[in-house]
Amino acid sequence: MADADGQVIVGLEVHCQLDTKSKLFCGCSTDYRSDGANTHVCPICLGLPGAMPALNKKAIQYAMRVAKALNCEILDESEFSRKNYFYPDLDKAYQITQYDKPLAEGGYLEIESDEGGEKRVRITRVHVEEDPGRLVHMGNVERGKYSLVDYNRAGIPLIEIVSEPDMRSPKEARKFLNKLRATLEYLSVFDSEKEGSLRVDANISITGSERVEVKNITSYKGVEKALTFEVTRQKNLIRRGQKIERETRHFLEARGVTQAGRSKETENDYRYFPEPDLRPLRVKSWVEDIVLPELPDARRERFIKEYACSLNHARTLTGELKLANFFEQVVAADRQGLSSLASTWIADTLIGELNYRDMGIDRIDAAGFTGLVRILKEGTITDKSGIEILRVMLDQRQKGEPIETAAGIVKRLNLAKTSGDAGAITTAIEEAINENPKALEDYRNGKAGALNFLVGQVMKKTRGKADPGELNRLLLEALKAREA
Amino acid sequence: MAGQITFEPDDRYNAFLATCKTATHGSGKLAGVAVAVKDNISTQGIETTCASKILKGYIPPYDAHAVGLLRASGAAIVGKTNMDEFGMGTTTENSAFGPTLNPCDTGRVPGGSSGGSAAAVAAGMARMALGTDTGGSIRCPAAFCGIVGLKPSYGRVSRYGLIAYSNSLEQIGPMAKTVKDVSDLMGVIAGYDRHDSTSRDKPYAHTPSADVKGLRIGIPQEYFGAGVDAGVASVVKSAIGKLEELGATTVPCSIPSMEYALAAYYVTCTCEASSNLARFDGVRYGPAADTKKSWHDAYQEVRRDGFGPEVRRRIMLGTFALSSGYYGKYYAKAQIARENVRNDFNRIFADVDVIAGPTMPTIAFKLKEKSDPLSMYLADILTVPANLAGIPAISVPCGKSEGMPVGLQIMGRTFEDERVIDVAYAYEQAVN
Repeated sequence: MADADGQVIVGLEVHCQLDTKSKLFCGCSTDYRSDGANTHVCPICLGLPGAMPALNKKAIQYAMRVAKALNCEILDESEFSRKNYFYPDLDKAYQITQYDKPLAEGGYLEIESDEGGEKRVRITRVHVEEDPGRLVHMGNVERGKYSLVDYNRAGIPLIEIVSEPDMRSPKEARKFLNKLRATLEYLSVFDSEKEGSLRVDANISITGSERVEVKNITSYKGVEKALTFEVTRQKNLIRRGQKIERETRHFLEARGVTQAGRSKETENDYRYFPEPDLRPLRVKSWVEDIVLPELPDARRERFIKEYACSLNHARTLTGELKLANFFEQVVAADRQGLSSLASTWIADTLIGELNYRDMGIDRIDAAGFTGLVRILKEGTITDKSGIEILRVMLDQRQKGEPIETAAGIVKRLNLAKTSGDAGAITTAIEEAINENPKALEDYRNGKAGALNFLVGQVMKKTRGKADPGELNRLLLEALKAREA
Repeated sequence: MAGQITFEPDDRYNAFLATCKTATHGSGKLAGVAVAVKDNISTQGIETTCASKILKGYIPPYDAHAVGLLRASGAAIVGKTNMDEFGMGTTTENSAFGPTLNPCDTGRVPGGSSGGSAAAVAAGMARMALGTDTGGSIRCPAAFCGIVGLKPSYGRVSRYGLIAYSNSLEQIGPMAKTVKDVSDLMGVIAGYDRHDSTSRDKPYAHTPSADVKGLRIGIPQEYFGAGVDAGVASVVKSAIGKLEELGATTVPCSIPSMEYALAAYYVTCTCEASSNLARFDGVRYGPAADTKKSWHDAYQEVRRDGFGPEVRRRIMLGTFALSSGYYGKYYAKAQIARENVRNDFNRIFADVDVIAGPTMPTIAFKLKEKSDPLSMYLADILTVPANLAGIPAISVPCGKSEGMPVGLQIMGRTFEDERVIDVAYAYEQAVN
């Protein structure tokens, strides 16, 4: 029965561009993004009459690496098929894909579940196919005068990863995607930063109701957004006693909504049949050549063991290849000494600051950041100053200005802790207490907030440079002295 | 460039769709030899239409692999020959640019679909020609026009640049007046090509030998059964008798799977064709779509106007057969029938070296004689088994019936193209 409080069930079909040098069936370069339309094309990827596909072995080897990392069984013999449909971006009017004999089947990927533990999302299959070209609409897609076709993208190798409906929330779907992205990047077969390198179709249902397919999701955030929208939409329908139609909807990223797709009558019958221009794909002898690098789960466990990272920090740091590499670069010089501070500062502070500025970790100089961590470790600045220094460095980076060292910034802004300079702190404490008799009274009456208030006042007076431990001790002493 | 030849033929048979008035050539084995190329084989810079309106004006930017080999051997490509549109036919009447006439009798068809290539050779306009054979399209016109034509083993000649009609069945092959020329041309075009994943590393470097002593020839009863014209059968039987005189022995045999061969053939080729020909939509080449219409309507219009009736018929048949729910009933079944044909040949070839019979059940039809499609399809019954099995088959002229040429067909084991060449050569040498 339809139930608005029913369980959310999500399955994903993820298409990723494999980061090979040449296309799947011809020698054209895949590095097309910065070049003009139709400049990376040849008779094969243009689908000119008489041209035939010749399989790029590298693409298959990349896909096999993925299949193995996803714990799939790689089939000894798989097959390419033609998926026939008419669309102007599809030069041959069929897509060469894999249908009933995919490259690999039956694997799993572990993600962090909503309940906090690890859970397995089963992988149904992994297969390889070619990307179609791209339509460029002149004006609005419906009302524009015409559309142009760019075949640069045609023939880029794609891997399609189909999951079982094992995710239970939009958040889990996002986590699955993040984990998948990390895995693909660790395997060096995928560049998530290339525009259009990921496309997701999501199946979502609520127990007891029909399932809805949401197509055309092109970002990691988009998956969570689209599914959250769908959960609300579907639950509202159920609450109003309406039925959920089994349908295909499209995600409009800019508006954050899904929209009903075309009606059933015009749905395609793809008329799949084996691609007669390619031989069956026999990969048995290549399987033993697959060497997997350390994958995110293994690296996470190593971070916990080797650097004493917390589970959460280890998860965050290993969730992105570049982040994990950055962390290890920072602590390389002094593993024991820096790892605790570095993991906290990267996972809890740096990531937030980067996100705020929409900057990638690869724009940060590890040595410069290490300098900051060292100063923090020496204890000559406060955490607050640490953040200030980091922000200065990031701003300089973003503006393309010369970047100062952390030590230089400490000096220029005079951020060194007033530690040891008990006199300055004592003066500030005396001033703070004298200026706030109400706080003193509250403190005496046992109001908890009063002490914090006074700490804040003293911090302000020392411009954040007071060592918090020392400040606390001296303040308590001063208060005690007044009681006496 | 080693030289050039002038090519201004008196093409009274409508054998050519395009000619090269001055054809340059390099040096090599075929230096200066005039070679005609069927119009479904891509030739860089020379219009290639598959005898279809939908490709009118299409000038390929690249050479088919076989054409590149031809050029490298010094051959002069003198023109593109007429054919049934996209290779779909047995008469060359299904050309959008008018039928080719049979040089032996202009009231008759030259056979098809490589009718233009056969007529060009038979009339002496070109010494050699490339044809393509999907279900008999080299051997049928060779038989009807009285020349030699070889359908190579599947995979022996690269299909790269051949505008696909039915990928799993077709091969490019040589056509000429003599077995020696056919053999020489085969030597140029055969071999592995990395652009064609179905091609095999089986180059051809053979000098024909006329020795057939001790050769065992299988004679399938089906090749002399119902539907085979008595006059044709008797000419072919006496040709086989000639081979016996030369020292070969004959062994009666049977190919029971032939009962389903024609059906398997037509299901396979129409299915593949429906997909292969889907790309002709007026977007990238050929007559452009009317851009004021939505793309879907424009596609329909371009394809309705651009394809001839036989092509439309086969596209629709194939589209239907591949539709959801019908795949298992048609395409998958056809592949089983195909496997049965292969098995029958394997069984027979365990005992004999080659199989011989007529190439075509009749002599060349009169123009417009085969007006209903089914009776035309039936004419392919003796040629399609070799395509279904992927084995080499040659047609060599072996006499006349009613004054028209008759072809003796010799089929061999896969990749034993040399042997069928030798048998044809032995016969040819014995009678000339």
